[in-house]
Amino acid sequence: MTEPISLELTRKDFVSDQTVRWCPGCGDYAILAQLQKVLPELGIPKEKIVFISGIGCSSRFPYYMNTFGIHSIHGRAPTLASGLAAANPDLNIWVITGDGDGLSIGGNHLIHAIRRNVNLNILLFNNRIYGLTKGQYSPTSRKGKKTKSSPIGSIEQPINPLTLALSAEATFVARAMDTDTVHLGEVLKAAAAHEGTSFVEIYQNCVIFNPNEWTGIDDRRTRSDHVIYLEHGKPLIFGKNNDKGVRLNGFKPEVVDLGGEFTEKDLIVHDETSQELAYILAHMEHPTYPPPMGIIRSVRKPTYTEELMGQVRMAQERNGMGDLKSLYHSSDIWTVR
Amino acid sequence: MSDPTAHFEELESVVIRFAGDSGDGMQLTGTQFTTTSAVFGNDISTLPDYPAEIRAPAGTLAGVSGFQVNLSQHDILTPGDAPFVLVAMNPAALKASLPDLEIGGIIIVNTDAFTPTNLKKADYESNPLEDGSLKSYEVHEVPLTSLTREALKGLETLTTKEKDRCQNFFALGLTFWIFDRNLDTSESWIESKFAKKPEIAQANKIALETGFFFGETTEVFRRRFHIRPASLPAGTYRNVTGNEAMALGLVTAARKMGKPLFYGSYPITPASDILHALAPLRNFDVRTFQAEDEIAAMGSVIGAAFGGALAVTGTSGPGLALKSEAMNLAIMLELPMVVVDVQRGGPSTGLPTKTEQADLLQALYGRNGESPIPVLAPKGPSDCFDIAYEACRLAVRAMTPVLVLSEGYLANSSEPWLIPDPDNIEPIVVKHPEGRSEDDAPFFPYLRDDETLGRPWAIPGTPGLEHRIGGLAKAPITGNVSQDPRHHEQMVKLRAEKVARLANAVPEQDIFGPAEGDLLVVTWGGTFGAVRTAVTRARKNHNYDVAHAHLRFLNPFPRNMEKILRSYKRILVPELNNGQLAFVLRGTYGLDNIISYPKLHARPFKIGEVYQKLEELFDN
Repeated sequence: MTEPISLELTRKDFVSDQTVRWCPGCGDYAILAQLQKVLPELGIPKEKIVFISGIGCSSRFPYYMNTFGIHSIHGRAPTLASGLAAANPDLNIWVITGDGDGLSIGGNHLIHAIRRNVNLNILLFNNRIYGLTKGQYSPTSRKGKKTKSSPIGSIEQPINPLTLALSAEATFVARAMDTDTVHLGEVLKAAAAHEGTSFVEIYQNCVIFNPNEWTGIDDRRTRSDHVIYLEHGKPLIFGKNNDKGVRLNGFKPEVVDLGGEFTEKDLIVHDETSQELAYILAHMEHPTYPPPMGIIRSVRKPTYTEELMGQVRMAQERNGMGDLKSLYHSSDIWTVR
Repeated sequence: MSDPTAHFEELESVVIRFAGDSGDGMQLTGTQFTTTSAVFGNDISTLPDYPAEIRAPAGTLAGVSGFQVNLSQHDILTPGDAPFVLVAMNPAALKASLPDLEIGGIIIVNTDAFTPTNLKKADYESNPLEDGSLKSYEVHEVPLTSLTREALKGLETLTTKEKDRCQNFFALGLTFWIFDRNLDTSESWIESKFAKKPEIAQANKIALETGFFFGETTEVFRRRFHIRPASLPAGTYRNVTGNEAMALGLVTAARKMGKPLFYGSYPITPASDILHALAPLRNFDVRTFQAEDEIAAMGSVIGAAFGGALAVTGTSGPGLALKSEAMNLAIMLELPMVVVDVQRGGPSTGLPTKTEQADLLQALYGRNGESPIPVLAPKGPSDCFDIAYEACRLAVRAMTPVLVLSEGYLANSSEPWLIPDPDNIEPIVVKHPEGRSEDDAPFFPYLRDDETLGRPWAIPGTPGLEHRIGGLAKAPITGNVSQDPRHHEQMVKLRAEKVARLANAVPEQDIFGPAEGDLLVVTWGGTFGAVRTAVTRARKNHNYDVAHAHLRFLNPFPRNMEKILRSYKRILVPELNNGQLAFVLRGTYGLDNIISYPKLHARPFKIGEVYQKLEELFDN
């Protein structure tokens, strides 16, 4: 990643000339605004930034960013992004996807981009509904969810995006919320700084087809009582008055009140490098638990392009730059005079 | 080497087939015989034929693996219609190959394998070696298994199973003796292949030599044969399969563009060997990417093309179907890339290891919307090199994906390749627009080149060229999303015209035979060799008024195509499908004199079949 240098970029540099066409009140506006705010602060030249999306409401994103971008086809953004990274490992590539695009039609590509640890920032806007096709249940919709295509209630077990990413050995897994813009900005910066695949689930509100999905956790006034903000090396404390925490009872996390039987010392201390803890955190779902926000896992492993270009360099050092003439002759040959 | 040349029969050419169980090493035996004959100077053409199963039940007809080689002192174009020599390692191999064998031909059988169990597995009711059913052939009964075991009995570290694996080299040595070939090439191959297993190397060499001397010391083989070196054009040659030549052509094109080669592919028969040939070439900056599926392979290629690499994918028919949506994205994005479809028998999973030409209509029309794409097809294994280079050149020129239709037959068959001097291959000039500052005129991603109609290839990392492209319909010049009906019409026509104009960048169609007259035979792909040979013979033997036009460019057709087609009374279109090129020619040119000649056996045309068809057409 490039060292921070003064490029004198501002938010305006990243705003394209296209009119934004999401529904009024859509959570996507807040995410767009945060990215346009954060990108100038990364110290990356604008021409090295690429946005790639699939199909869906979220996938209109590249049109609104004044960077290089491709609005591709449904579910396939990670495949284009992987090829692009292999062709040009210097780029800062963002994949914008949603719960339908990334976990249904494109679920397989998401898994494989993550397991290869391609240097991508994958932002999955999760609104637990199909928006652009007008309101069918999605692979993250809760069981029992009533939609146009599940009038009696969905009978399907939803996918947990975080545990899926962890199962694919993701090296960076985080979660943020569209309504908590400051925290979202911090997570996006950390995702951009991570080398390898950064997977960020963003709770996003669809005001038209699923407006109450995040009720109880997205209200600015009360959310600190209902979600937990993770910090590496710090105990899991939450609540407006920092009076609640999460401890381990055997293998199970347990919400406890602080000040009585339990103190800070009894709580789980967050460790971004622990795969085991990451699974426990990823499974903490509302309303039983305060869903965790922030960086769940972050470890450094070689990226796909580091390995790929490493092989290219090693082959060139060992065998020299490829020579066509000797390649053509690398077989039994004979001469006709 | 023994030199009783007086006993040799001179042959102009001969077709030999090695056939055995999938595990008998027949592909290897055939390849070894081919290499030695090629190095000797014969013109050669080979046809491997093996089952889709890796190891079908041993001894059964389903498990027979064959390798046919045609060697000649003349220029030959096919692996031959009928083998003259058959080496059969078991009853099933004999049974499967016998219908193809030339009457009076030579059969060498491994008698050790003619057990009651094996005869039963091959559905033989009586032993063909005893019931007189082979009386029209010259049969040599050789106990290959026991002779090999006997020869290797001194090698105590090897198991019987390991010794039995050497019997194909015994058969190879014997065949070398019959055709008076030396063992040098195969011996050095054995040494390098088994460098880390010296005892296996030793065993194979002993088997090879014992086979050779078996021919010499037993006086059973009275007939031996000479095929003189062919008078091929001067130069240095090697043997190539179509897939090898394709890989070499792609690497060459990348080097000639000054680009890394990105090859994103999902393994599929019969295209995987292209991936295998490219994967070791990291020092050529070849970046192979084994995708999670066919769609991902196509997506990765689009991304790599956007990033400025020479981007290529390889697949077969079922994979091409999966790629079609992403190929349409590539057509909308107008980025250069190459898709190689090594066709196999279809539909669905079809006949994975057999050949067919039935993806033509899929290639031309098998996507949603108006979706023009250039289509090229190689005519033989070595032509895959030239077609690969051409496809890359045209892709960059018109900023478009280009489709190459190879075939399982071409992919696995081999022939001598006159090795070119890479310095004499033209560079492929790539112009990326330069960066600009805010004071410069704005960048328009869909502002086209006047001549080619290609749009600028602006790659990420270039300051001031930031732009967004996508699969939605767009306005000309800016490329902004647009649903304006006039924009849609304009863009559909521009994309079609861009592909049509490639006709200006490819050679005119050539004709073999008279420029006008009674019958024109039109072919494409791997049918070239059989048809060209049949037409040549028909002209020579019967003086028929017949010409042959073989197409390498299927979209756009060469610019003189219509003129050619209208210069003959009748047009015959032989192809390994149910009449797809015939359909396209009828539709494109409104012709009513096209005679479709389909072959649906998922096997290449034989020269004799086409020759007979010509006789039919001229007799009536």
